[in-house]
Amino acid sequence: MAEIKLTFNGKEVTCEGDKTLLDVAREHGDNVPTICYHDATTANALCRICVVEVEGMRVLQPACVVKAGANMKVQTKSEKVLRSRKTILEMLNSTLDLSEADEIQHMMQDYSVDENRFPDAERRESDVKDDNPMYVRDYSKCLLCWRCVQVCAEDAQYTYAINFEGRGYETQIGTFFDKIIPETSCVLCGQCVAVCPTNALKPKRQYLLEQGMSANEISVMNTGRKQRKNRNA
Amino acid sequence: MLKPDRIVTSTCPYCGVGCNLQLHVKDDFIFKVTSPFDSPVNSGNLCVKGRFGYDYIYHPKRVTTPLARRYLLEGKPKPKGREQVFAVSKDGKPIPDSQISNDWDWVETDWETALNLVADNLVRIYKRDGSDAMAVYCCAKATNEDNYLLQKMYRALFRTNNVDHCTRLCHAGSVVALQQALGSSAMSNTASQVIMNDVFIVTGSNTSENHPIIALQMKEAVQKYGAKCIVIDPRRIDLVDFSEMWLPLKPGTNVPVFSAMAHVIVKENLVNWEFVKNRTEGFNEFVESLEKFTPEYAQELSGVPAEDIRKAARLYAQAKNGAIYWGMGISQLSHGTASALALIHLAFLTGHIGRDGTGLNPLRGQNNVQGASDMGSMPFHYPGYMRVDNEENRAKWEKLWNIEEGGLSLKLGLTTTEILSHAHEGGVRSLFIMGENPMMSEPNLNVVREHMQELEFLVAQDIFINESGAFADVFLPATPFAEKDGTFSNTDRRVQRVRTAHAPRGNSRPDWQIICDLALRLESRLGVDTAKWTYTNPEEILREMGSVNSDYAGITYERIEKVGLIYPVPSLDHPGTPTLFTKDFPRGKGKFHVLDYVPIREEPDDEYPFILTTGRLLEHWHGGTMTRNSALNEAYPEGRVEIHPADAEIHGIQHGDPVKVSSRRGEIVVRATITEKTSIGVVFLPWHFAEAAANLLTNDALDPQAKIPEFKACAVQVFPARLDDLPNPNVIVERGRY
Repeated sequence: MAEIKLTFNGKEVTCEGDKTLLDVAREHGDNVPTICYHDATTANALCRICVVEVEGMRVLQPACVVKAGANMKVQTKSEKVLRSRKTILEMLNSTLDLSEADEIQHMMQDYSVDENRFPDAERRESDVKDDNPMYVRDYSKCLLCWRCVQVCAEDAQYTYAINFEGRGYETQIGTFFDKIIPETSCVLCGQCVAVCPTNALKPKRQYLLEQGMSANEISVMNTGRKQRKNRNA
Repeated sequence: MLKPDRIVTSTCPYCGVGCNLQLHVKDDFIFKVTSPFDSPVNSGNLCVKGRFGYDYIYHPKRVTTPLARRYLLEGKPKPKGREQVFAVSKDGKPIPDSQISNDWDWVETDWETALNLVADNLVRIYKRDGSDAMAVYCCAKATNEDNYLLQKMYRALFRTNNVDHCTRLCHAGSVVALQQALGSSAMSNTASQVIMNDVFIVTGSNTSENHPIIALQMKEAVQKYGAKCIVIDPRRIDLVDFSEMWLPLKPGTNVPVFSAMAHVIVKENLVNWEFVKNRTEGFNEFVESLEKFTPEYAQELSGVPAEDIRKAARLYAQAKNGAIYWGMGISQLSHGTASALALIHLAFLTGHIGRDGTGLNPLRGQNNVQGASDMGSMPFHYPGYMRVDNEENRAKWEKLWNIEEGGLSLKLGLTTTEILSHAHEGGVRSLFIMGENPMMSEPNLNVVREHMQELEFLVAQDIFINESGAFADVFLPATPFAEKDGTFSNTDRRVQRVRTAHAPRGNSRPDWQIICDLALRLESRLGVDTAKWTYTNPEEILREMGSVNSDYAGITYERIEKVGLIYPVPSLDHPGTPTLFTKDFPRGKGKFHVLDYVPIREEPDDEYPFILTTGRLLEHWHGGTMTRNSALNEAYPEGRVEIHPADAEIHGIQHGDPVKVSSRRGEIVVRATITEKTSIGVVFLPWHFAEAAANLLTNDALDPQAKIPEFKACAVQVFPARLDDLPNPNVIVERGRY
């Protein structure tokens, strides 16, 4: 791949032509934040936290998918960029429980987020879904980054047990026909749990410990023969 | 939110893939498992067992104190026979309501007492009856270090080669075939090279359930790299959805199908002549023997359309890079060696071996079955596959183990299956079982039970009282993978670290420490010079073994601190060997063998009209010692028999109905799953479930060379049964996965 030249924050850099702006930024130690992007999944530009300003382009560009082009002039820290990232964080924070999203908590500090920017926002509340022996799903914490859906599909497992359901603000991750997890095509691999950025998905044992159960109490639960409860939880 | 006290990197204790794990520990309790996304083995992917199936470590039934039978502790003579007991007396009082003599009660004791009882009894039997009375099962789940020490103990102290482990029940047919044809018996290439294949054959392996992460790599190869997959299997396994072709052969007809493919490759001149000329021998006799294996003949025997056999042969032969992956469906037959040889021939004819992205790849089952075999846990070999009946080999180990010249036995030992069948007066009198469960994993369990009862003294070293340990005289509580250090060698031949995540529970001890402690007690009773048992850490054990076994010579813990090395690693600066046989085979030239079709030993007939084939499930592991004591059991609590809809209709069986499955050797009652996953005339049972053990039914006919039993095919009948006949009528598995 031929090398190209472009300008990053006023500094001239060179890179291979198939790199994304995010790759180039990282190569040069520029900390462009990401939420929906994960090295193990296909970039999908859903969360827009990685936006950068490219001279001549009408709107901010998501660095995770936009390819570096020759002679591009890129600003990763312009006022427009910073304001945009800050607003995204404020909107997420106004509707979701981000208390267990460590990386996002750090971002909110870095971008001096106003936690009360949207006091009237309707919060996305839902009960914890505890319908299988391996992991729980708390969609009050879910920001729809899509990573779980991706690793359940072509990015890892080729299992296709979960997807988006609903529209607009009502959109959620769900199973087909709202089946409980054991009755879907899910193989319980937990790859979705591994890539979840907010702990909306969590191993069952971690969840139970956090609920105040002791390690011994949890161990006694697994004595087999136990009939499943919470069938419709 | 919970923060871990520490995150410990280790290797998965389940299948041979050897996924890298990060164990998140809080207050000596693993609450979460993750995997590094840059792992060269599994790229951060795990299956349900690896990610969630470690909770057996904390199960209340785990034994963490040494146990002995009451008769031993009270110094009484051994009662007649041998009783299977699972209950333990915690307070030393007789177990109330015991149906059998309280002399058989399990009573908690201390290490000193337990190890002395073992040493006294083993030495007593050895002094009375000699080496042939002693036998040991090593363990494909334990570390390399544990296995090396246990075979060393039996070889050096009891001078016997009656040392084997479950590889005999798993890939023995493949190992013998590969040794005969190539002179080596591991995967020739690594699993991660699947994406370099243009065409690959998967046969006798339900990869998605048994090596889930390799199946992901296969799916990726098909979906993203344009590879073509050919499935040759009696079951319509998950991978069929990703395949170019599926050849549903009748169980036990591997040799005619593969030989017909060879026939087509020769007749249509798709042979890689350069490879055949330079790298193989025995071609002419082989080609003559192929004459009768026309695709039409194979169709008659196997049910696979001749045209499909032709098409599959052309696809594989004309690929730039072709590879073959196989599992137990090839080896677990009374002609398992011939089945594997027939596959090997395909690689020889086409030259699809010795380059990246090709190869002959038996997918090894257990996390460390490769390593346990490498460590000499086998009756014919010292570590490094050095034959025991060779005086030069013997001299090397005698020197290392401080043994007088000519002291080690040249006599080939008994195999796993033979050890039990020789359990009688004048034969094997004592057996030491480390972590295995023959009462689940051997065929024809009713007979195995009788053999177990014939033993004079039985030791179990395990973490649970499983179906076999329940027969033992002394139980030594060992630790699972998370409570010890060591190494596992995965199916790729990659040697990886296992690390202590937290201290052993209760009084349990790591296997290697138990073995060393016991060995010293044995030596003092035998009055012999020491073979050296004082190691300060497991690495010293691996280095001792590597000083003679050149495959491991260059492996140190420091070198595999972050990423495992793929052996052979002959020296400290050697980078490892992902692809084998690039220039030649260990035996020189690859050898073609003349094969004939031998039917399965027990064909279906009017009385027993179905062929039963057995296998494994994603959620469970082998005899179930670990997974049946885990939340995994909640995910899949019962075994079911799979029946094709056409067969079910004839026999009036509905989905979920209880049915009795019986063979000439035994019977079980399970629910039926009506599915096209199995083919007409073939029923499938998983063998993990003790309450409905598939191996009560299986045939103990052996392959004459590899001594592997015919687990994959026997004749059964299936009849509707009553709900009350089910072992657990209230337990129903409801899963939507394929």
